Amino acid sequence: MATKAAARAVGARLLAAFREAGALEVEADILQPAEALLDLYGEDIRARAYVTSDPLRGELMLRPDFTVPVVQAHMADGAEPARYCYFGEVFRKQEHRSARAPEFFQAGYEVFDRADPEGADAEVFALFSGLLAPLNLAASIGDIGLLMDAVRGLDTLPARRAALLRHIWRPARFQALLAHFAAPPAPSASRVALLAGSAPRAHWVGLRSSADMATRIAALRADAAAPPLPASAVAALARLFAVSAPAPQALAELEAIAHTMPAIAPAVARLARRLAALAARGVDLSRVTYQASHGLGTMEYYDGFVFSFAAPAPGLPPIASGGRYDALTAVLGQGRSIPAVGGVIRAGLVADLEGAR
Amino acid sequence: MSLKLGVPSKGRLMEDTFEWFAARGVALSRNGNAREYAGAVAGAEGVELVLLSAGEIPRELAAGRIHLGVTGSDLVREKLADWQTQVVELAPMGFGHADLILAVPAAWADVETLDDLDAVAAAFRAQHGFRLRIATKYHRLVREFLRAQGVADYQLVDSQGATEGTVKNLTAEAVADITSSGETLRANHLKILDGALIHQSQATLFAARTADWDEGRAARLLALKAQLGLG
Repeated sequence: MATKAAARAVGARLLAAFREAGALEVEADILQPAEALLDLYGEDIRARAYVTSDPLRGELMLRPDFTVPVVQAHMADGAEPARYCYFGEVFRKQEHRSARAPEFFQAGYEVFDRADPEGADAEVFALFSGLLAPLNLAASIGDIGLLMDAVRGLDTLPARRAALLRHIWRPARFQALLAHFAAPPAPSASRVALLAGSAPRAHWVGLRSSADMATRIAALRADAAAPPLPASAVAALARLFAVSAPAPQALAELEAIAHTMPAIAPAVARLARRLAALAARGVDLSRVTYQASHGLGTMEYYDGFVFSFAAPAPGLPPIASGGRYDALTAVLGQGRSIPAVGGVIRAGLVADLEGAR
Repeated sequence: MSLKLGVPSKGRLMEDTFEWFAARGVALSRNGNAREYAGAVAGAEGVELVLLSAGEIPRELAAGRIHLGVTGSDLVREKLADWQTQVVELAPMGFGHADLILAVPAAWADVETLDDLDAVAAAFRAQHGFRLRIATKYHRLVREFLRAQGVADYQLVDSQGATEGTVKNLTAEAVADITSSGETLRANHLKILDGALIHQSQATLFAARTADWDEGRAARLLALKAQLGLG
């Protein structure tokens, strides 16, 4: 494990490169209000972040990442376009025994720019790729927005599309929902009775109202009356999610899939522009793997381009990772939003790898 | 050197534990003064009785301050991260049965399964502006269960007692708690969700991995296990 001094030295070098690329260095408090993070990430963040309490300010978390405070600061008073960089420790509880450290250094670079999103994606990736080149890491990219477009294009009830989109970051649940919509299991006798209009009477307790329940029962009726999702649509999604190849081949595969899945055509065109922008910045695309399901199962705020750089050693977390999080800026922007993309490099791991070479 | 055996210091759990050992030829007893937390062991060589709160036994085992301990399997799983790396389950003891379950208002006729709960959580959050609250004291077990099941849009709120009352008091929409007969749930107008049996708990004899097993203690454990019929 690298010493803090070694990690700081790497961080200083990365920050200098980020500033050179035009980023303004920003800081974030280590103690963050827990409420915003909990509302955003849900209960899982409580398992991952150190929660502490302040007698006056209530529940606080030791900064689990920089993205949220940096976005909050930008949405409050940032000029556009903007490029930010930062360096510091983040804190993550480890629920299981492993060599993973509970505190480590992140150096990050974030771009808020409306003009050319694919160009901004390529800018961040190419910057990281150049800085990490000596380490010979495996680069992977994906596009969660493309998968979301495929779901939005399904010819089925809007409520089913919404349910699938909500669980796109939880692959097991997503697949279970898909299977359920394609071949609905036989309903229980009580469910049949409920849909037929005979809800059993019981003493009502709690905040959820009988009106809330009536809305849900109406949705259940609509779902029961709707035709199942065709097997062909499920198979097409499975084919799309399974794409994993060097970026140029993956693009060709996705273009072929888009012929029968027009909903993804705009996202595939954006991917083509992104890859062209990467090539123009000198990235060797044959050494970049496009994995359609990349980035699923991580923090649920990436909703477009995603990437990571991994070391060959098994068990290590990615050395660097990042992606596009346009929707997060809307959630934190109180009515305003801006396309945003960024990523972080784990400075301590870079120092380890450099030390081993 | 002797083995320290941690046993719940009072109530039904203590009595049942004493009975379980007695049936296997090991007589545990509390000292005459019922207020004194000290006891004696007869019938097994080199075993020392330590009377503790059942809730503290997992922690004492993890710290290696006791070699053996009797407590609920739910408490070990809740209080110890990666519990298998810290303690070994020597024997389920067949008493202190209780199920950790999820319960929702009985009036929620549209909610029978975890799938329903997940769907309702999404609608509840959209309607009320915050995540559906589940009151519990079993944070780790409930969170890991719901994560594995892919349930989203909920939050856990801490409740160390009278958990079944939180729904009526509007401080939670659902509860995750221990039940044996389900009577308290029914009395509070709640029902158990299908497929939401999080853990079936019972009193269990555990051994501490990190305790000091040198100076003949490992051999004493083998002898005690043989005497207790634990192979």
